[in-house]
Amino acid sequence: MSTTNTGRTAAAHPSSAAGPSAGPAPGAGPAPATAVAPSEAAAQATLGVETTARSMAEAAAEPVSGITGAQSLVRSLEAVGVEVVFGIPGGAILPAYDPLFDSALRHVLVRHEQGAGHAATGYAQATGRVGVCMATSGPGATNLVTPLADAYMDSVPMVAITGQVPTAAIGTDAFQEADIRGITMPVTKHNFLVTDAAEIPQKIAEAFHLASTGRPGPVLVDIPKDVLQATTDFSWPPRIDLPGYKPTTRPHGKQVREAAALIAAARQPVLYVGGGVLKAGAAEELAELAELTGAPVVTTLMARGAFPDSHRQNLGMPGMHGNVTAVTALQKADLLVALGARFDDRVTGELSSFAPNAAVVHADIDPAEIGKNRKADVPIVGDAKATIVELLTALRAEHEAGRTPDLDAWWEQLEDWRTRYPLGYDWPEDGMLSPQYVIERLGAIAGPDAIYASGVGQHQMWAAQFISYEKPGTWLNSGGLGTMGYAVPAAMGAKYGMPGTTVWAIDGDGCFQMTNQELATCAIEGIPIKVAVINNGNLGMVRQWQTLFYEGRYSNTHLNTHGGKEGAPRQVRIPDFVTLAEALGCVGLRCESKDDVDAVIEKAMAINDAPVVIDFIVGSDAQVWPMVAAGASNDEILAARDVRPVFGEGQV
Amino acid sequence: MTRHTLSVLVENKSGVLARVSALFSRRGFNIESLAVGPTENPDLSRMTIVADAEAQPLEQITKQLNKLIEVIKIVELDTAAVQRELLLVKVRAPLADRAQVLQTAELFRARVIDVNTDTVTLEATGTPDKLQALLAVLAPLGIKEMAQSGTVALGRGPRSMSGAGTLRPVERSA
Repeated sequence: MSTTNTGRTAAAHPSSAAGPSAGPAPGAGPAPATAVAPSEAAAQATLGVETTARSMAEAAAEPVSGITGAQSLVRSLEAVGVEVVFGIPGGAILPAYDPLFDSALRHVLVRHEQGAGHAATGYAQATGRVGVCMATSGPGATNLVTPLADAYMDSVPMVAITGQVPTAAIGTDAFQEADIRGITMPVTKHNFLVTDAAEIPQKIAEAFHLASTGRPGPVLVDIPKDVLQATTDFSWPPRIDLPGYKPTTRPHGKQVREAAALIAAARQPVLYVGGGVLKAGAAEELAELAELTGAPVVTTLMARGAFPDSHRQNLGMPGMHGNVTAVTALQKADLLVALGARFDDRVTGELSSFAPNAAVVHADIDPAEIGKNRKADVPIVGDAKATIVELLTALRAEHEAGRTPDLDAWWEQLEDWRTRYPLGYDWPEDGMLSPQYVIERLGAIAGPDAIYASGVGQHQMWAAQFISYEKPGTWLNSGGLGTMGYAVPAAMGAKYGMPGTTVWAIDGDGCFQMTNQELATCAIEGIPIKVAVINNGNLGMVRQWQTLFYEGRYSNTHLNTHGGKEGAPRQVRIPDFVTLAEALGCVGLRCESKDDVDAVIEKAMAINDAPVVIDFIVGSDAQVWPMVAAGASNDEILAARDVRPVFGEGQV
Repeated sequence: MTRHTLSVLVENKSGVLARVSALFSRRGFNIESLAVGPTENPDLSRMTIVADAEAQPLEQITKQLNKLIEVIKIVELDTAAVQRELLLVKVRAPLADRAQVLQTAELFRARVIDVNTDTVTLEATGTPDKLQALLAVLAPLGIKEMAQSGTVALGRGPRSMSGAGTLRPVERSA
């Protein structure tokens, strides 16, 4: 790369490295120590500058002229603080891969664009930084649609860069042309088509700003090939020009005081905590609020880890497969304090009968979430952290004025439910391994410092129920979109971002077959994740519904991963996950009995130089309980351990 | 259902119309009419959207619209606002009926913009109600073809949506 280093000394403005906007770095912050040395070496080699102790981001922020759009793109990504890009090259994005070859940015070559997208999501959810993925035009870009929709539903900060056919070919049905901006409009926070190479730094800066501020979400930047090839100038930081984007982060003082007054007066309050608390990094503040109010806490599927499961006040997860105490506490509450939660249908059940006697304080950074499903008596628009901090102050004032709630009767009731209806499971009658036991042991052995990424289905619910989450960012899953195949690539992204942490993917045999090719990426790129395949031989959650609602007519849910159906000519496992894992460069293990569970998990824990897959052969008939049937009222929850899972009976 | 008129200032960029119209359809809201045009500021366009919705869904529409990055400001215009549509209508007007067509035009303050032996084309502006009334009178004579714009509207009084003394926007916060 030949660059003109204009005004290098004058332009060595370290402050700009943090990002283009006021406030926290939208991108990634400084690269971790391990990546700094090679970054600098490469940046200096590229620029031909003398050795200084500058980071890649600082070096990249130098203005240059006469470079290509592709070089400008890579420099912009460096300057915004990106550490890693997950992607696959192709025709239209090809120009960008040339300067990437010289860059200190790490690029992880995935095996499918969906893997790139979920890896970016997993990276973002584990680290709190913006995840980045890259793909070519047409099919490369459309393969990103699922992870974009996934990140949009779960408010994950992510930037996707796609190549586009040359400007002159747009609209002509050119080879590998897809209107990815049009296609992704409903599933991105925003998207751009860059038509002028000079705009590249600005659009990248805006994309990272949008992705990481306000309610986070995915942003797509589509760049035509001729724009990547054009000659342009680069300067950093660019001007951010988003006149219509002013997220409200500071809560309204009056609303906060009203909320505090309601909390101080409530006799049966529940803190209903959603993923927004994790996004805002407000776990500590939440703990303080819980202690101050003495109120019970429920953490939704997206908020597992926001409040320690070991804490006495944590009732666990609410919702369709939430535990009886958490679900019933919401139903019987006189006040819900919803923090970064959105009253999703999987939490509320039948909306009209959800928490019928509760007043609602609803705090969210997205005003459109407030009142969308449930009317809020006290709406608060703001960042969860800022809101909780102000709520603490207002509550202390209430307490000083002598207004402290007496929650003893409420806790007596809650403890009674907790004792009578603990989470539990039965062992399969056919003597096979219990999937819940496997997951429970995995959580106990890997512990609360590990990161758990799950797929979607029964194993996801069991992983949410039977692992104790103590810390933020340790539970990654596809909550809103329910994307099967999320686990392996998300675990890969998380492990890349947190190399010192044990990362387990907990996957089903159905999910695992959707994206397991990324294990090849993990093996080659040195990303030693561990995968527990909870192999029940079926699409388990669908099978459960067929058992419950379709008279056991198991239409198209048998997957053959235990072997063929009874009477079928071939009884071999297809695929055999142990040999599949080995073919993908991983260690493959299998476990079929209770006695081996701990040993095989410990064996996997001891392998740190390669990805490991454990094929846990578990019973096909295990079911997720408790359960509120789709569309039913949460009052109809079935069943705690001692209640037979027969519909219409055993109501709480 | 009640009729609401939203005046929406948006950035004058490609794709904004697609975002707004797609948002309405995606969220299951019906647009009765939509008109887009330039404003006094070349960087901004104004969309006038008439939608049928109850108050609660309407609040959700405006909140979702406000989330679009390119939407600058939304004001719901009250019933006192000036609201106009443009109608072009080609009416059968053989000599025997021509006087009646022209008289109707005069009554509705419509202008004749094209005449030939068989038809007369009228241009009329007004509220949707007035244009409906005009069409009702012309219908028996035989309407050959017509084109009608969406509603454009401005609030009455000295205030404007941009600059000092602006109209109060639809709440961004809840």
